[in-house]
Amino acid sequence: MMTDSRSIEEVAVIGNTDISSTESENNLINTMVERGTTLLRKMEMNVTEAEKRTGKNTVNMQETYTVYLIETQPAETLPEGGTAATPDTLWRRYSEFELLRTYLLVTYPYIIIPPLPEKRAEFVWHKMSADNLDPDFVERRRVGLENFLLRVASHPVLSHDKIFFLFLTEEKEWREVVLETGFQDKFDSRLKSLSAMFRVKNPDKRFTALKLYSDELNSLISQLLRVRVKVADRLYGVYKVHGNYGRVFSEWSAIEKEMGDGLQSAGHHMDTYAASIDDILEEEEHYADQLKEYLFYTDAVRSVCRKHELMQYELEMVAQDLVQKKQQKEELATGTVRVFSLKGMTSKLFGQESQEQRESRLAALQQSIREGEETLKEKNTECQEFVRTAWEDIERFKEQKDRDLREALISYAIMQISMCKKGIQVWSNAKECFNKM
Amino acid sequence: MSVGAPRRLASSGQKPITEILHPLSAAEDQLSGTVSVGGDKSTQEAGLTNGTPVETSSPASTSSLFNRLQLDDDLEADVRDPYAETTETRDLFVTVDDPKKHVSTMETYITYRVSTKTSRVEFDLPDYCLRRRYQDFDWLRMKLEDSQPTHLIPPLPEKFVMKGVVDRFSEEFVETRMKALDKFLKRVSDHPVLSFNPHLNTFLTAKDLNKRQGLALLTKVGESVKHAAGGYKLRARPAEFCAMGEYLDTFNQKLGTIDRIAQRILKEQSEYLTELREYGTVYSSWVGSEEELRRPLEGVSGSVTSCCGALEDLGEGMSQDFLPVLREYVLYVESMKNVLRKRDQSQAEYEGRLEAAIIRKQEDRTPMPVEVEKCQDKVECFNADLKADWERWQSNKRQDFKQLLTGMADKNVNHYEKCQAAWESLITLLQDKQTEDKTSETN
Repeated sequence: MMTDSRSIEEVAVIGNTDISSTESENNLINTMVERGTTLLRKMEMNVTEAEKRTGKNTVNMQETYTVYLIETQPAETLPEGGTAATPDTLWRRYSEFELLRTYLLVTYPYIIIPPLPEKRAEFVWHKMSADNLDPDFVERRRVGLENFLLRVASHPVLSHDKIFFLFLTEEKEWREVVLETGFQDKFDSRLKSLSAMFRVKNPDKRFTALKLYSDELNSLISQLLRVRVKVADRLYGVYKVHGNYGRVFSEWSAIEKEMGDGLQSAGHHMDTYAASIDDILEEEEHYADQLKEYLFYTDAVRSVCRKHELMQYELEMVAQDLVQKKQQKEELATGTVRVFSLKGMTSKLFGQESQEQRESRLAALQQSIREGEETLKEKNTECQEFVRTAWEDIERFKEQKDRDLREALISYAIMQISMCKKGIQVWSNAKECFNKM
Repeated sequence: MSVGAPRRLASSGQKPITEILHPLSAAEDQLSGTVSVGGDKSTQEAGLTNGTPVETSSPASTSSLFNRLQLDDDLEADVRDPYAETTETRDLFVTVDDPKKHVSTMETYITYRVSTKTSRVEFDLPDYCLRRRYQDFDWLRMKLEDSQPTHLIPPLPEKFVMKGVVDRFSEEFVETRMKALDKFLKRVSDHPVLSFNPHLNTFLTAKDLNKRQGLALLTKVGESVKHAAGGYKLRARPAEFCAMGEYLDTFNQKLGTIDRIAQRILKEQSEYLTELREYGTVYSSWVGSEEELRRPLEGVSGSVTSCCGALEDLGEGMSQDFLPVLREYVLYVESMKNVLRKRDQSQAEYEGRLEAAIIRKQEDRTPMPVEVEKCQDKVECFNADLKADWERWQSNKRQDFKQLLTGMADKNVNHYEKCQAAWESLITLLQDKQTEDKTSETN
């Protein structure tokens, strides 16, 4: 198991390499990924830029899309007096990330696969653009994609995947390679079977509880994000109206003698106050993104639970089938008909079969039973292995979630404190001006 | 504009206003024509600079009076304001407090306790304490307006409230109204001329006011008739009064705008508060599904709730302390514009009569009638009173708005301080937990 690092300092701060160190410090931590695990230990990665491209799509129509630059380099310490090696780079678009994720989903069904940032902007408060090409959205998506890569690269199982490695290193050939794995078909059949209605007779209590929790968390975070948007809208209104004070104080100061200066400068502070909300809410979006990641994570958790249900169901079907066959054999051997079967009815109607016929049927059934027992054994092992590996990952995920959300809540509190300090500053300044009136 | 030694009040007693030398007139050289409005200036001066009868005839000296009193008096009538009495010379202190509801068969109403402490001879006793209702204040103001038409009378809080909309007996309403009545009475009793008005004396001391509403009504009617039938056209308003009028118009406009902004902010904050409350409950409902995250989530919910409380306080404070004062000044401006109009009227009347008299004089050599001189005196007196009151008003206004706006800033700072404390306590709580966990881990 990975070492648990609880303090914030040990978490790798990954981000836009263009920002200054102070910004980077003041910035809330972009990702909550532990350092010193598997691929991340060997290789550093960043999603550093985004660019618009135009090209023809699959139906031969012009489209505009955004590509993201992935930079990777070996995570070695710099030699003394040496220059930093230039990182390897390649461009990827969002749909390629989606492809990678689907591949991982199908290949590691017992793992909670990290989510991608949202495809379309949701939970938007009115000033934010819901346009996919909007620079703010693109920027936040860049951060989200980087976060995704880091999550995968630090996962004890996923980080070893060859396809993932190629995604980071082979720009052109990757697509062919991943399609060759045939994961698309697996995905389609999985989708099909999951969409069918089935009922598990002996559900695993732990998985049931987990699915319930996951659904609850999904609904809670959705609600939280929705209300947060309303709160943001209202707060925006409060701050902006104060801007009107700036104007009226200025106008009023024109007719005053002694009071004029104080009023005028106080008015400027009111303008500052009104303008400050833009940055405040911009910062809060980061918190919303952290929540959204876990909102999407609940879908991944649900996936694992559903996969388990499917496995369990298939196992039960095989077991049931085996039981039926054994019963049939017993009936054939003893001649008693306990269970209705067509063969039984026909033999009743059209007379008993010959000894040879019965023996051959018995033999076939025996064979079938043997095969069935093999299959059952396999499926059982499969299921048990799935449960084992899944729970390992689930425990890991739970700890990650608790850590990450705790940090998110703390940084939210820090944001609020910062907002309060700004408010105190502005109003204290205004008070000073009023005092000079 | 600074005055040297603190001005003593003219111990005017019951003299008619026209015979009193204006306390500030010595400093004003620009008064047109005659300064002494009846009586020799020098004797008046002597009367002023001598020790006034005020101090020696009362049982309590003013300084010990001041020491005994609680400082709930306006200390904004402060040293920097040259037109306010310094605290050592103040000899009339009034307070309005202690609202109580009275229920009778005919009506229910609120009364307020009016306490007076004074060393003035015009008052029989040094202390008075009686109860008055809004109607009584209204009567006083009317009487002051009628008897001192050349002065700016401070405004009263709004008389009429929509019965369905506003609860006349709610704590907030009564509290707000009481503060405004207290302010009104203090402003009147601080005024060098108005405070000697006999009606004020009656208001502060008499058991029953015996208001004689009928007469008041008549007076009001008389006024309006006079205005309508005035007919005198104003030739040229002196520049300073034009400036006053313009200032008042613009000022009124700005007051209105500020009122609207403040109300809008209150509305937005109230809506924000509603959403914020819901926001807090989502966090607390999340608590149930979690174990490790329980504390942080509860903490966030708690902090959000604290912020809601702080926001509520801010809203209350603004609607109780800020808005009423703004409204008060709107009313003040209204009554001041009225006084300006009256001044215009009296000037117009004087000019009209003068013109008529001159024509008659030219025709048949009749001497200048006494009325014309009286009119001239009236105009000059009016102008002097108005100018002095204007300066006083400007000074008070400056203080009032300084207090009002710094109060608003204070409330907002306070609000943010409370919120900051709420969030900081969460951080401390969570960090303590963190170190707790760490030590328990290593153990």
